[in-house]
Amino acid sequence: MGANDSGPIGQAVRRREDQRFLTGAGQYTNDVVMAREACAYFLRSPHAHARIRSIDSKDAKAAPGVVAIYTGEDLVGVNGLPCGWLITGTDGKPMNEPPHPVLAKGKVRHVGDPVVMIVAETLNQAKDAAELVVVDYEVLPSVVNVVDALKPGAPQLHDEAPGNRCYTWALGDQAAVDAAFAKAHHVAKVDIVNNRLVPNAIEPRAALASYSRADESYTLYVTSQNPHVERLLMTAFVLGLPETKVRVIAPDVGGGFGSKIYLYAEETAMMWASKHVNRPLRWVAERSESFISDAHGRDHVTHAEMAVDKDGKFLALRVTTTANVGAYLSTFASCIPTILYATLLAGQYATPAIHCEVTAVFTNTVPVDAYRGAGRPEATYVVERVANQVGVDLGIAQDEVRRRNFIRTFPYVTPVALTYDTGNYDATLDEAMRLADVAGFAVRKAEAAKRGKLRGLGYSSYIEACGLAPSNIAGALGARAGLYEAGQVRVNPTGGVTVFTGSHSHGQGHETTFAQVVAGRLGIDIASVEIVHGDTGRIPFGMGTYGSRSLAVGGTAIVKALDKIVAKGKKIAAHLLEAAEADIEFADGKFTVAGTDRSKAFGEVALAAYVPHNYPLDKLEPGLDETAFYDPTNFTYPAGTHICEVEIDPETGVTEVVAFAACDDFGNIINPMIVEGQVHGGLAQGIGQALLEQCVYDRSSGQLVSGSFMDYAMPRADDLPSFKVGTKVTPCTHNPLGAKGCGEAGAIGSPPALINAVLDALASVGVKDIQMPASPHRVWQAIQAAKAGTAAAA
Amino acid sequence: MSIPLSLTVNGKTVTADVDARTLLVDFLRNDLALTGTHVGCDTAQCGACTVLVDGRAIKSCNVLAAQVSGARITTIEGLAAADGTLHPMQAAFKECHGLQCGFCTPGMVLSALDLVAHHPHADERTIREALEGNFCRCTGYQNIVKAVQMGAATMSK
Repeated sequence: MGANDSGPIGQAVRRREDQRFLTGAGQYTNDVVMAREACAYFLRSPHAHARIRSIDSKDAKAAPGVVAIYTGEDLVGVNGLPCGWLITGTDGKPMNEPPHPVLAKGKVRHVGDPVVMIVAETLNQAKDAAELVVVDYEVLPSVVNVVDALKPGAPQLHDEAPGNRCYTWALGDQAAVDAAFAKAHHVAKVDIVNNRLVPNAIEPRAALASYSRADESYTLYVTSQNPHVERLLMTAFVLGLPETKVRVIAPDVGGGFGSKIYLYAEETAMMWASKHVNRPLRWVAERSESFISDAHGRDHVTHAEMAVDKDGKFLALRVTTTANVGAYLSTFASCIPTILYATLLAGQYATPAIHCEVTAVFTNTVPVDAYRGAGRPEATYVVERVANQVGVDLGIAQDEVRRRNFIRTFPYVTPVALTYDTGNYDATLDEAMRLADVAGFAVRKAEAAKRGKLRGLGYSSYIEACGLAPSNIAGALGARAGLYEAGQVRVNPTGGVTVFTGSHSHGQGHETTFAQVVAGRLGIDIASVEIVHGDTGRIPFGMGTYGSRSLAVGGTAIVKALDKIVAKGKKIAAHLLEAAEADIEFADGKFTVAGTDRSKAFGEVALAAYVPHNYPLDKLEPGLDETAFYDPTNFTYPAGTHICEVEIDPETGVTEVVAFAACDDFGNIINPMIVEGQVHGGLAQGIGQALLEQCVYDRSSGQLVSGSFMDYAMPRADDLPSFKVGTKVTPCTHNPLGAKGCGEAGAIGSPPALINAVLDALASVGVKDIQMPASPHRVWQAIQAAKAGTAAAA
Repeated sequence: MSIPLSLTVNGKTVTADVDARTLLVDFLRNDLALTGTHVGCDTAQCGACTVLVDGRAIKSCNVLAAQVSGARITTIEGLAAADGTLHPMQAAFKECHGLQCGFCTPGMVLSALDLVAHHPHADERTIREALEGNFCRCTGYQNIVKAVQMGAATMSK
């Protein structure tokens, strides 16, 4: 049975979740209401780096409506927030892992570091009381960028991290790389900054924490992408509570993009306090708080060199990266610039030798962690910028330089620890070029030139690794958690199917896609399938949604549970049909005795399982409810080519994205409409990074300059073109759906395509380099500098 | 200070006494339990809180409840028919996959209605410019633009 000939699988089924979202009936965390609620408010550090001399909350405690006030010293028995991945450095030592207190103790290390939690009857009373708290700070010098942080004499954040170093880590064969460089015809070099980004899901983080004296249990509604992970980290590592006493519910969540994976200080402090005040506590981040407390993304400084032969064939890649992890290690901060970065540096190319060294650095900034793509956009940006440079240096067309180096034999073992199972990079490049009408570009460029505009075309042939796996290998690399997913399929007595998934949907449309999988596989009406997610009280377990894993890993767990349902159904049907189990076939919702017209419908079998009057009770338990845990045997490898066309006004430096084409290979597709939507969204974020978005800290004060939507340029509708997207399919070889994942591709592939296009456009005026984002100011300056350089040279 | 308020919300007359500093969005969400109107920022940039006041799209996080006394307010809850049949603009958003997480969606739909009222046959560029005040972080806007075009076409029939 192919994936595309089975009922709703492969169809653009309209989303089942849309009715509630379109009528205002969605239930987000801040829409949940409890009796006797109080409000929590966090007083945060106004300084990037300071010692706390004292905190005086006497007047605040006496303010109207105040219920309680807590500082870091008050949270007795509360441990620091943990990091989920241990990186071992090149020196053989574990990474430096300084404490990450829930509320600051002794020192504050970034603007926004939470210092005091105020609980009051109303939010305004809590805010008014916060004004009365006197924190006496001894302001210390601060450091916000990695280059400054590594200098001798730089301000030191943590005693546990001398020189502000978290770790220096490396991957690949350095000797082989050195040998290849020694005999290279040419070395292409790039110096790049991967700009710091703020995820900015439109729903701000929020929590509603409550405690029940009746059974000493806690319930937390929270904006989370992975409620089970949140519960595990909070109970086992921080609060020392049994998991049995904590229920975490992530109801409708308004976007995540990585920023809602992590265990944060706010909900942790609120859980603890909810017992102490015996009241439900509510907190919702204001956007200005989100900017200084949600984990940020990217922030790498990299030098990369590609050794090539005279034909542009890649011989070796050498990469040195310094990664900013912020003031503390967020939940998965350590593995992003290492395991999820350096392993992707082969890209789509058969580069024989690769070496990458990464130094992770603490700075007085918000912690940095996974943001849509998480390490893979940074790797793609390195590979595709340096590949572009090879083409420019040797005068080889950009598609041709890529074709000369594509991997074409699978499985392919890269020099950076991955095994690609399948792919067809020529097919996605060809289709992207067709979508982009590359053939007509010269005419468009000439036409633009007549109007005084500069046109450029940029390529990016990316690969990513999704569905992070398998657990044992990840464990050997330092993961402190498993990477499987759980799914439970409960067939109800009347034939309706409830599916409990550990994956979480915060925009991805799982209630539709997963229902398509279940309805297609069982041959039943999609309307009789209900998908339940986001509640540790209802779902067996789950690792949640990140790394484009939901279908490949979460969907496969459901398929495995469905297989068990069908296997048990066959036993029941064999009994009902008085046939041998081996003779029962299941298709189109019917159990049939092979070669006959004798069959039982799925619903009849379900009813027999729950009303087992005619049932093999001596051999088989009643009921039809199965759970599966699926641990993938390999990553999946979505790949594709993105081509960006820009037009630049040299008088103003304004860059317009006039066209963007993307052809991606996500393996088999369940719902093409949803997949296309995921690509669109990813492209918008990638174009946002390359053209608009820039998180700026003031170098001397450590203040976040771009701390609101007035200062941080989010992509708006009129910043973007209509994208041309297409897909090619090589099914993933190691999961039954043949699915690879599509959530991050847009954000991974697009930034280098855009910057390569800008460089192509500006080549004629002598500009050789530009950093993201290609803002008008930066482009204009680059043009002026190039002109001045040309003039000086003349 | 408490202020008496009388207005029409989704066709129903509402009277209340509100604290003078109550924002319209908080009045809608907390007093009337109309939680479809969302708050996504604190600088009137994101547009998640957009509602119609006398037919005009406004950001309800930036208006005091007291300022709209006597006005006719439409929130996202006021668009679909009583039997759940979606308004043509809502239906178009569903048909075109113009939403993902759903958080910006109510504001986006209401802004779209304001746009269509002024430009029933808007082209893509006009739609993109008119939606500048509404952020969506999920969709890349392309399907929202399509939805607005489809919704407008259906409404003009």
